[in-house]
Amino acid sequence: MEVLLYLVPLALVLGALGLAAFLWSLKNGQYDDLDGAAWRAIADDEPAETSSTAAPPASAQH
Amino acid sequence: MHSTIDFSHFLKRSGPDRLRLDLAVDGICCAGCMAKIERNLSQIPDVTLARVNLTDRRLALEWKAGAVDPALFVLRLAELGYKAYPFEPAGAETREADLASALLRRLGVAAFAVMNVMMLSVPVWSGNVGDMLGEQRDFFHWLSALIVLPAAAYSAQPFFASACAALRARGVNMDVPISIGIVLALAMSLFETATHAEHAYFDAAIMLIAFLLAGRYLDQNVRRRTRAFAGNLAALKAETATKFITDEEIRTVPVAAIRPGDIVLLRPGERSAVDGAVLSGRSEIDQSLITGETRPTTAIAGSAVYAGTLVRSGALRVRVSAACEATLLSEISRLLENALQSRSRYLRLAERASRLYAPLVHATALLTMTGWLVAGATLHDSIVIAIAVLIITCPCALGLAIPAVQTVASGTLFGSGVLLNAGEAIERIAEVDRVIFDKTGTLTLPELDVANAASIPADVFDLAGRLALSSRHPVAAAVARAAGAKAPLPDIAEVPGQGVSGVVDGLDIRLGRPSWCGADEPANQILQDDPEASVVAFRHGLTRHVFAVRQRIRPDAANTVSALQRVGLTVEMLSGDREPAVRAAAETLGIHHWRAEVTPVDKIARIDELARHGHKVLMVGDGLNDAPALAGAHASMSPVTATHLSQSVAHAVFLGERLAPVQAAIAISRQAVRLMRQNLWLAVIYNALAVPLAMAGLVTPLIAAAAMSTSSLLVMLNALRARRQRKPA
Repeated sequence: MEVLLYLVPLALVLGALGLAAFLWSLKNGQYDDLDGAAWRAIADDEPAETSSTAAPPASAQH
Repeated sequence: MHSTIDFSHFLKRSGPDRLRLDLAVDGICCAGCMAKIERNLSQIPDVTLARVNLTDRRLALEWKAGAVDPALFVLRLAELGYKAYPFEPAGAETREADLASALLRRLGVAAFAVMNVMMLSVPVWSGNVGDMLGEQRDFFHWLSALIVLPAAAYSAQPFFASACAALRARGVNMDVPISIGIVLALAMSLFETATHAEHAYFDAAIMLIAFLLAGRYLDQNVRRRTRAFAGNLAALKAETATKFITDEEIRTVPVAAIRPGDIVLLRPGERSAVDGAVLSGRSEIDQSLITGETRPTTAIAGSAVYAGTLVRSGALRVRVSAACEATLLSEISRLLENALQSRSRYLRLAERASRLYAPLVHATALLTMTGWLVAGATLHDSIVIAIAVLIITCPCALGLAIPAVQTVASGTLFGSGVLLNAGEAIERIAEVDRVIFDKTGTLTLPELDVANAASIPADVFDLAGRLALSSRHPVAAAVARAAGAKAPLPDIAEVPGQGVSGVVDGLDIRLGRPSWCGADEPANQILQDDPEASVVAFRHGLTRHVFAVRQRIRPDAANTVSALQRVGLTVEMLSGDREPAVRAAAETLGIHHWRAEVTPVDKIARIDELARHGHKVLMVGDGLNDAPALAGAHASMSPVTATHLSQSVAHAVFLGERLAPVQAAIAISRQAVRLMRQNLWLAVIYNALAVPLAMAGLVTPLIAAAAMSTSSLLVMLNALRARRQRKPA
């Protein structure tokens, strides 16, 4: 049962990582355009982005 | 024309040397448009970002400061076939978006906690009937507390805040039993854990929060989306004004950038976007949008001009007294305020249900506890069972029942060309038993049309249309539009107060006043037959023709009126226009109840009178003069061509030339309210089954969780049926 002492915190850390990723993506405005995101995934040729900042900052979005 | 727009008001600095511009784009329909626009605009040198938001139909652009003229973007989009206009999100829109994203954040935290607590709860549930040691169970319970307590403290804040506000106002809303249930469950679970008991309710409490947040988020999402669309509509109407930068120089600027005290130029054919006083110039102005009166009045230096009036003949210099949303006759704004106040007393279906529900839940829980005490149970056991009752009666299904239907129904409405403006719109529109239409701009199309097109030879019509392109007079514009004219004739001169003239094939050609074209007789004949029409004469050599121009009734208005009457609604027409015009329209459409020359005050009075007799009125109108009536009616709708103000007070806005969306809105809303009622009944039935079990003390966290999830899923699935609304014929 000592294994729980490792596994439970590990599970929690993994969960927290997922949560952090969610909050990060939310802050970056990735949930602002779910319709567009669905189509972008299957677009033939991604329009050439000259900058790596693909997602506009959330603060400027609104 | 676009190149003269002053964008400085809309540019934002997004980095040390980067500028950013948001454009509302009309015509984006699919992923193809998205790719086309992005590919095309990102090819412009120095553009660092061109990203389309397909949900909001907006385009975000970023470029190196000074490298590109923003007008180029609008021009490029126009070449691609999209109309675009810069916009500034309204305060309300930003607020809705922030609220939606805050709810999503809280939902994320709650969902994380639910998943992790479930992982700990399963071994406890199975361990309690098996071989789990007491210390292990306590360890798992403490871990659950560690996860749930902070998560609940963060994610349940909307409920706590709302419950506190309700209690402070000495009322009870749905959030009060929710908050009590959550706090009691958490406190009791902590106590149970500390005393090494077998059951804790951490998982049930956090799951309750997660489900309720999902409901709230759905609700908020509807509002956020419609606000965004409404913002686009406002921007795409492209209300601009011509402002004097100096005494000589003029520039076209968006109305949003006009401030009181600015001096603007109003040219013939333009609709004023501001309130103000005339400094110089003389013109006839058409105030039909404000007063409903279609006959023009004369404006000279010192006259007041209101937003929405149309300048017909001469140019005016106007000092702005109010622009943008402040442009109102003070009387209209006062009426509006009163009307909006009386509207806020309306209770939504969910609130009415929760008013009954909250005391019932409390009473049941209290009764259960005293019952068990009387029956000889310990205080501890009685409280545990009472909490189980509070949790199992969780208004989970109730919290999802209405927002879920609303989300689905608002999508269906959007498909029929109706945008919802207010959360309670569906319930209000479903309840109406009377429809009142305004005439000008609502039953009729806002733009003028040639009435006697059939009697004019095609080649004459064509030539007159090309000549009419050189004039900005609305009657001439109607001729040009009806003729489908594209190429203006060369060397056309405008004769002030008379019309436009030139020379074609060596012959004199004129379009303007009948007397100027020598066509008084046929013009008088037309005016005698149809006193509502405006006439414009055309002369080419010896040919003389007179065009009768009038407002055309919306193509399906008669069908819509009769369809509304068929489903048992009384249709009425109130118009500020003169009697013969209103009578004629009423006869064409088969409307038996109508009144002409009605002022905004009269309209409100009529709506109040109907309300006193127990009628629920749907007001459909577009003008500033309708705004107070729109706000005062039980429900209201505006066409997309309506003034900004009318749109913002209406419960819903409908798109396109047709009137059918009004009928669709009523049908879909009625169906949606039926589903909401069904969902409430589902919740009641679920409670009728679950509550006795809980009162009998038979409910474990496992049963509570399963029952809660099942009822929520059932309600969600039922809500999806709102999508299957048949399109009205």
